[in-house]
Amino acid sequence: MAIPHGGWPRAYADEVRATLRAAGDLCITAGLVLLLFCAYLLWGTGAYTDREQPLLEQELAREQADPGPQGDDGPKRLKKIKLGQAVALLRIPRLGNDYKYAVIEGVTTEHLRKGPGHYPGTAMPGQKGNFVVSGHRTTYGAPFNEIDELKKGDEIVVDAREARYTYRVTYHEVVLPTDLDVIAPVPGKPDRKPSKAFITLTTCHPEYSAAQRYIVHGVLDRVELRKV
Amino acid sequence: MYGWIWRRLPGPKPAKALMAAVLAGIVVAVLWYRVFPLLEPLVTLDEVTVTQ
Repeated sequence: MAIPHGGWPRAYADEVRATLRAAGDLCITAGLVLLLFCAYLLWGTGAYTDREQPLLEQELAREQADPGPQGDDGPKRLKKIKLGQAVALLRIPRLGNDYKYAVIEGVTTEHLRKGPGHYPGTAMPGQKGNFVVSGHRTTYGAPFNEIDELKKGDEIVVDAREARYTYRVTYHEVVLPTDLDVIAPVPGKPDRKPSKAFITLTTCHPEYSAAQRYIVHGVLDRVELRKV
Repeated sequence: MYGWIWRRLPGPKPAKALMAAVLAGIVVAVLWYRVFPLLEPLVTLDEVTVTQ
């Protein structure tokens, strides 16, 4: 419909036009800002992770250089890792030879911004029980973006302070965000006592959604003690 | 809005264009480094943990 002009005073028609133009400008601006925000979520947030990861790696390197008093089979007693400290280096050869993330202790929003986080209270690397690590899938460097490409038998290498633990993927599952069984000491069997060392990786699913969780389970395959 | 700004920028067209680009850059930088980091925690599209 053409904006009636003929019968109306010119000033009125100009005013309508100016208002419509301003509204259009606002809509375009809002759209551009939203697009920019999406770009920030996908790429901008990773800059923070990229800055924090080397710090965690340095911390880990210091700990590995000085793991404390030595026994016959590795360090006698390891210092307890506090929240926010580096736990281990995570490598997954299937996701590339340079795939390497420092795992931080803790899974709060702030911890997970810095890298994949170890659930406090679940087993430490190599211990009997379940070593549970959560990581972002689309934001903050998206460390777990491609864990859905892991296949049965793939290696998950955890370089802890005292040793290198190599796990092998056993299976994956998609669960509700409330399904705590997946992080039980024996994954999926919360009543069992663990006799093996398991690993569990969790991230969101589907991508860009918080509706479900993608879970990868593995079991310890071999241990190489670190020579100091 | 954009027309209003354009008309108020002084000088010939190339100078106007340069100033407009700088202004746009400033707006983008403020959004990217100041505003978006504050908004980001409100978006929970990337929840990765299992909890009750």
